[in-house]
Amino acid sequence: MKAMYDVLIIGAGVTGSAVARELSRYNLKIAVLERASDICEGTSKANSGIVHAGHDAKPGSLKAKLNVAGSQMMEALSKELDFSYRKNGSLVLCFDEAQKGALEKLYQQGIENGVKNLKVLTGDETRQLEPEISDTVVAALYAPEGGIVCPFGLTIALAENAAMNGVEFILNTEVKNIEKIGHEYQVIAEEYEPFVSQTDCNKGDGTPRGNRKEYEAQVVVNCAGVYADVFHNMVSEEKIHIIPRKGEYCLMDKNVGKLVDKTIFQLPTALGKGVLVTPTVHGNLLVGPSAEDVEDHEEISTTANGLSGILDKAALSVKQLSNRQTITSFAGLRAHEEKGDFVIGEVKGAEGFVDVAGIESPGLTCAPATGQYVADIVTKILGRTGEVKEKTDFIATRKGIPHISELSMEERQKLIRENPAYGNIICRCEMVTEGEIRDAIKGPIGAKTLDGVKRRTRAGMGRCQAGFCSPKTVAILAEELGVPEEQITKCGGASRFLYGDTK
Amino acid sequence: MEQHDIVIIGGGPAGLAAAIAARDEGAEDILIVERDHQLGGILNQCIHNGFGLHTFKEELTGPEYAQRFIDKVKEADIPCLLNTIVVDICHGNENESGTKIVTVMNKEQGMIQICAKAVILAMGCRERPRGALNIPGYRPAGIYSAGTAQHYVNIEGKMPGKEVVILGSGDIGLIMARRMTLEGAKVKVVAELMPYSGGLRRNIVQCLDDYGIPLKLSTTVIDIQGKERVEGVTLAKVDGRGKPIPGTEEQIPCDTLLLSVGLIPENELSSQAGVEMNPITNGPKVNESLETSVKGVFACGNVLHVHDLVDYVSQEAGMAGKQAARYVQKECESKNADRDISVVKEEQLRIQQNNMIIELKAEQGVRYTVPSIIHIDRMEDTQVVRFRVGGVYANAKIAVYAGETKMMELKKRIMAPGEMEQIQLKKDKLQELVEQNILTNQITIKVEE
Repeated sequence: MKAMYDVLIIGAGVTGSAVARELSRYNLKIAVLERASDICEGTSKANSGIVHAGHDAKPGSLKAKLNVAGSQMMEALSKELDFSYRKNGSLVLCFDEAQKGALEKLYQQGIENGVKNLKVLTGDETRQLEPEISDTVVAALYAPEGGIVCPFGLTIALAENAAMNGVEFILNTEVKNIEKIGHEYQVIAEEYEPFVSQTDCNKGDGTPRGNRKEYEAQVVVNCAGVYADVFHNMVSEEKIHIIPRKGEYCLMDKNVGKLVDKTIFQLPTALGKGVLVTPTVHGNLLVGPSAEDVEDHEEISTTANGLSGILDKAALSVKQLSNRQTITSFAGLRAHEEKGDFVIGEVKGAEGFVDVAGIESPGLTCAPATGQYVADIVTKILGRTGEVKEKTDFIATRKGIPHISELSMEERQKLIRENPAYGNIICRCEMVTEGEIRDAIKGPIGAKTLDGVKRRTRAGMGRCQAGFCSPKTVAILAEELGVPEEQITKCGGASRFLYGDTK
Repeated sequence: MEQHDIVIIGGGPAGLAAAIAARDEGAEDILIVERDHQLGGILNQCIHNGFGLHTFKEELTGPEYAQRFIDKVKEADIPCLLNTIVVDICHGNENESGTKIVTVMNKEQGMIQICAKAVILAMGCRERPRGALNIPGYRPAGIYSAGTAQHYVNIEGKMPGKEVVILGSGDIGLIMARRMTLEGAKVKVVAELMPYSGGLRRNIVQCLDDYGIPLKLSTTVIDIQGKERVEGVTLAKVDGRGKPIPGTEEQIPCDTLLLSVGLIPENELSSQAGVEMNPITNGPKVNESLETSVKGVFACGNVLHVHDLVDYVSQEAGMAGKQAARYVQKECESKNADRDISVVKEEQLRIQQNNMIIELKAEQGVRYTVPSIIHIDRMEDTQVVRFRVGGVYANAKIAVYAGETKMMELKKRIMAPGEMEQIQLKKDKLQELVEQNILTNQITIKVEE
């Protein structure tokens, strides 16, 4: 039995979710196919969480256009959709008098791209703004419009709002083939079991098997991140090539979260691209990323060299940076297209197939603008064969899970009276309550994995890294989802925690 | 606002012993706040034996040891607020009486503020996670801290893995090597970064040697394989500075990596409350009464410094409880007494003469001391000073100096960072040294080989 849609979006990362949200304004039947067990499981979950001001991209490029637009949309969107965002401003540091020209060029480029309020500062002015900046800094480009955002919060907010407006999110479903038959795209996918099966558990082989699924759609939007070239190349003779570019990061304890207030970049030098040091919206300090092209599209392991490399480079920017404060490290993949810019638009010779490919930095910043840009393309395509009408009942706002620890005494008191589970702390490092975890599981696109709960609530993201709370969270997941604890996973597939009962 | 003389934060071994001692010292109004649904703290999951040899002269399991204290707390009718987390401890200069406000939260009452004359910090510690070591590799399921695995096995009755590598030979790691083996898992190796184990000698014998589990010293994990569940780890030998030596790599297939790589006192509340910390112990700086830099706030147990033996935790906590009770009594006296000025003056003079403050300095192989300050007038007849050494020493001495003068020395056959050391200072001896002008303001403790 084939499921029929007007639009199928491949990939539930930040871009796919943004496209879904913008398209959900229209009377269309839309589904998002996601191979992972949750939304926000690829590039969107492991990046810098930066809202770039927009001075980096080449003037005239899609990156430049969407970056400035996305950056300008972010604040209002954060209020509409209730995710964490802070306009903390950014600095690009220059360490060498001889490099000042390059800094000036960056400033001019920013002006040309339409970035507001840019300013070149002297070394002393920079240190006045950020006392922990290294004494070797001779100048800096200050962008007050730069910001930071919770990448999970943004992605989940977009996806949930899309779901509220009727978009189906079909998880654990990997697209295997796309073919145009007549005017429609036939999409063949494999659907995986959402939980480790009991027999697999006991056998010790937890890899779930897939079932074949078929979908049909007038328009396919390819938001598949590092796999976007695979799907593009299924329908087009003009091949594109995505290179996964790995970036490693160290996340540091909140007790050094205020070491700097602004996002600190380095001016690229002959020694290579620098790393950034930034506070996160939740008050940690983030250092990274490295940049290494890899073959494997799943290669997100950290390396000793990668981690020490970013810490060494970061130490050039900021005094008193100690790697003893690291609470976790991780790596993500950027979907770099070899020509350098985003590849967005209807594919030549494949009518109704829309690429949103090569979405590397500043893709997160761009997402809200990319969503609009792509929705415009899609509605025009659909407009060729019929009228695309806007919904009269579009829900433009969404409320996230309450973050109890951020509320006042009175607000907490009120919530706990309504629901006592908000008074029961599960994650003591981040002070996340049972109520928040249950909300995350019951949400519009509910969490089904430990990582899913973590991204929605921050449970397990603190300094003990889930040592104390993971057994409790697993138990709540099992209870809410009605499966044994053994079937609960970290992030789908074979990532289960438990191997049955003790003797 | 609810009021109590002493609020104890944490109902584990430290909190329980502190409560009992405070009651014995005459404190009537005590409240224990515990985040879990039961008292006993981490002892509840430590079902192995070996607890209580010093205190009860018998070998108890963790829950049995805890129960003895829980029974006493119940007998003494000391109230406990279970399933309750402390959100904040607040004390202010605006609050001249020295009262502390402890904000707590639970399901039933929501947010409550409790007014306390004295607070005893007894929150324990947590395990150092993988990230703190920056172990490279993938981030699959199957990487647990040893304590989390212990919770799964002993509390939940679930197996967290079947083929296990353990990094770190701290006591929990050693205990879990045996526990997992008894439950049918294969523990392939225990790797230890340092050239010596961080655990007690008896645990190495009883938990590894007896089961034929190899202990590889100067070895660490340099890579973790497996994208979903752990599939293996790579071990490598390390040099003197802890750097992996190329060419010594060894890949070991496994589905589980347990980490027993150190404990960190859980002092976020203490720091928030403005308590001054010791960067070596990651616990508060305390004086002879185990009082922190904030007057009327005491600390004991693993929140103060990480212990190897719960017996010492109970002893130390007993001191904190006793001193907190005395503090509360003194506060009452000074407030209630309608004293004339001459009495006050006389007292001030007496305090000046006797209030000799001695700083304890850890030097040369001694990493820290608890306490780090002693007020001679307030100390007990015998003051226990606990500390750890920074390396392994055979046939060395612990030397204690008052100024330049060696006041005592203690021969030790073996000393290692994994085993806490202690000395005892006698009050009369210190007073004598002060009178002779030998002791002015500092006592130095060091290792002499």
